[in-house]
Amino acid sequence: MSKTITLDGKIIPFEDGQTIMDAAMAAGVYIPHLCHQPEFTPHGSCKLCTVKVNGRNCSACTFPAMDGQDVLSETEELINDRKKITQMLFVEGNHLCPGCEKTGNCQLQAVAYHLNMLDNHFPLFYPNREVDASHADVMIDQSRCILCTLCVRASQQKDGKDVFAVSGRGINKHLIVNAQSGLLKDTDLEATDHAAHICPTGAILIKRTGYRVPIGERIYDHKEIDQVSLETEHVKHGE
Amino acid sequence: MYEYLETAENRESLKRVVVDPVSRVEGHGKVTLLLDENNKVQQARLHIVEFRGFERFIQGRPYWELPVLVQRLCGICPVSHHLAAAKAIDQLVGIDPENLPVSADKLRRLLHFGQVLQSHALHFFHLSSPDLLFGFESDISKRSVVAVLAEYPEIGVQGVKLRKYGQEVIRMVSGKRIHGTGAIPGGMNKSLSKAERDYLLEDIDQMIDWAAGSVALIKKVHCSNLPYYDDFATIRTNYLGLTKPDGALELYHGGIRAKNEHGETIMDHIDYCKYNDYIHEEVRSWTYMKFPYLLSLGQEQGWYRVGPLARVNNCDYINTPLAEAARVEFKAHSGEAMVHSTLAFHWTRLIEVLHCAESIKELLNDPDIMGHDLVAQGEKRYEGIGVIEAPRGTLFHHYQVDENDIVTKANLIVSTTSNNMAMNESVRQVAAEYLSGRELTEPLLNNLEVAIRAYDPCLSCATHAVGKMPLQLELVDIEGKLIDKLIKHSDGHIERDNA
Repeated sequence: MSKTITLDGKIIPFEDGQTIMDAAMAAGVYIPHLCHQPEFTPHGSCKLCTVKVNGRNCSACTFPAMDGQDVLSETEELINDRKKITQMLFVEGNHLCPGCEKTGNCQLQAVAYHLNMLDNHFPLFYPNREVDASHADVMIDQSRCILCTLCVRASQQKDGKDVFAVSGRGINKHLIVNAQSGLLKDTDLEATDHAAHICPTGAILIKRTGYRVPIGERIYDHKEIDQVSLETEHVKHGE
Repeated sequence: MYEYLETAENRESLKRVVVDPVSRVEGHGKVTLLLDENNKVQQARLHIVEFRGFERFIQGRPYWELPVLVQRLCGICPVSHHLAAAKAIDQLVGIDPENLPVSADKLRRLLHFGQVLQSHALHFFHLSSPDLLFGFESDISKRSVVAVLAEYPEIGVQGVKLRKYGQEVIRMVSGKRIHGTGAIPGGMNKSLSKAERDYLLEDIDQMIDWAAGSVALIKKVHCSNLPYYDDFATIRTNYLGLTKPDGALELYHGGIRAKNEHGETIMDHIDYCKYNDYIHEEVRSWTYMKFPYLLSLGQEQGWYRVGPLARVNNCDYINTPLAEAARVEFKAHSGEAMVHSTLAFHWTRLIEVLHCAESIKELLNDPDIMGHDLVAQGEKRYEGIGVIEAPRGTLFHHYQVDENDIVTKANLIVSTTSNNMAMNESVRQVAAEYLSGRELTEPLLNNLEVAIRAYDPCLSCATHAVGKMPLQLELVDIEGKLIDKLIKHSDGHIERDNA
């Protein structure tokens, strides 16, 4: 007999070592997330994937699946919490979708659509954050960083480098790069690095490529993020 | 001509009449009149009261964002800003207009014909036709497109559908009706598929018919009361716009031509990248909009008009047959080298609608429009200037970038800005000739709006500079009494006005 958990009343199997997120994805059930990518060590920082396990809140991407767990995900309370978290991510940075080159390909925007986020709800912070365009081929727009650390993990775990890190605490927390000057041009980042392409928002961009994909052919033009996530991330899972 | 009405001497003793807001134009503006005890107009001004600041906040952004960011200046002619910026950033990647791939050039032209068609149709049918069909001083309930649809349903519906067609052209080329993405540095991001081309071809003959009908309509309206239409708000001015190398009407790319009121050439085939050697802008303290003028003629004599009237006046011919026949008829009606009637803006606007519809058909039947060679790339440059004939006139975009591809400087001269002096002159002409000495009523004041509306001003587009703009701060107590007033002049000097 294989081991199972119950997710929103549906019994799904899992294998030892899988998290609740792993088990859900393998069973074709989407749990919203931004900081999680199956190919990297889970981080559990965005909290979008919060589910209720036997009555307690846990991050699905980090919490191990265990036999007999009763997991709730698509409840009104959790959906509302996820919407609030997404709204907070929007107001904390400067996410101006209409002009952003990541629009239509942005996971933050796509999650917001998925959660039916229709306004910011909270007052906008309008933080004054820097653009680092010093690198010949890659730029950082700190205004759009949601501190998911995917670039940090991709650089370490995939590229074998250590280009990115997160520094500071609370509202002053921010992305830094591994150079005395603090500038991206003085790191060993290359445009072909995985870390240069992993950003779920428009914070790390390949220069001079914006808007090349026409409207109608962007990732989320015809599919919602749940469908895209299950199709693309599940394939990676099985690799 | 009517400059004496710009600033009255004894302003405190005069009665103030305000038309606020000026309606059925894009953006926010107001007109103020100062009248003496005999209702004689002593001062008349068009003030632009909104404040945008695009030139400042695009600094610090990467240059490839520009066509998408600056098109947000406007919801009526975003494509014109999109393409003017695209022409400028082409230069930043080392591509001059003649090196743009043929398909990309034709797609941009198609996009722009769609833009001019929809903007002109919007202006004529939705905004101006109530004045022209019901009379300038008609009842206020009739001054809207809803009344036009009720009493002239055929004309109203044609207007709505003509505009829709232009929007569909824009959607097919740029992905969205408003604020799409199409132009990228050195080209375009997509061509038309066969299905998209065929979809647009389905209705184009109908559009040409309706456009020709609208030219016949405006001619009839104009000629039904010729002396009035030729005199109302009319001022004799210089005209400026782009033309093709052979002098034909041009909306997307050409050299700058300027003619004086007699039709004599002031300059011709000027490379627009050198615009700064020919055109300067003046700031005045009472409006957010600047006043451009031709350097060779100076501030007093050098102001000019742009837009459909300027283009049709300036060009030697139009390269589509129906629009050319309409142009010849239009020029013949006045008997002068240049037509100065401000209300003739409407007539020329509809000649351009016809030209756009004919040109769209020609481009849709050109196989290059479905080509796949869409982007070119050259050596990086640090300065780019893009100029285009937007629906409302010549539009200048000028950018500088640094070695990291970041915008360091931007200058925009927007079409409506070029017509600023002319609109003020027309307002003063109407005030002096039609209003002065009469008891002012609401319908009578609509005459002022009719004069402004003829220019189809886009006040949102025209108010974008930060830093040089004069500001006025008023401190008012709870009873509405003015307690304090600070004025920041265009030179940065701040003064307290306790008068």
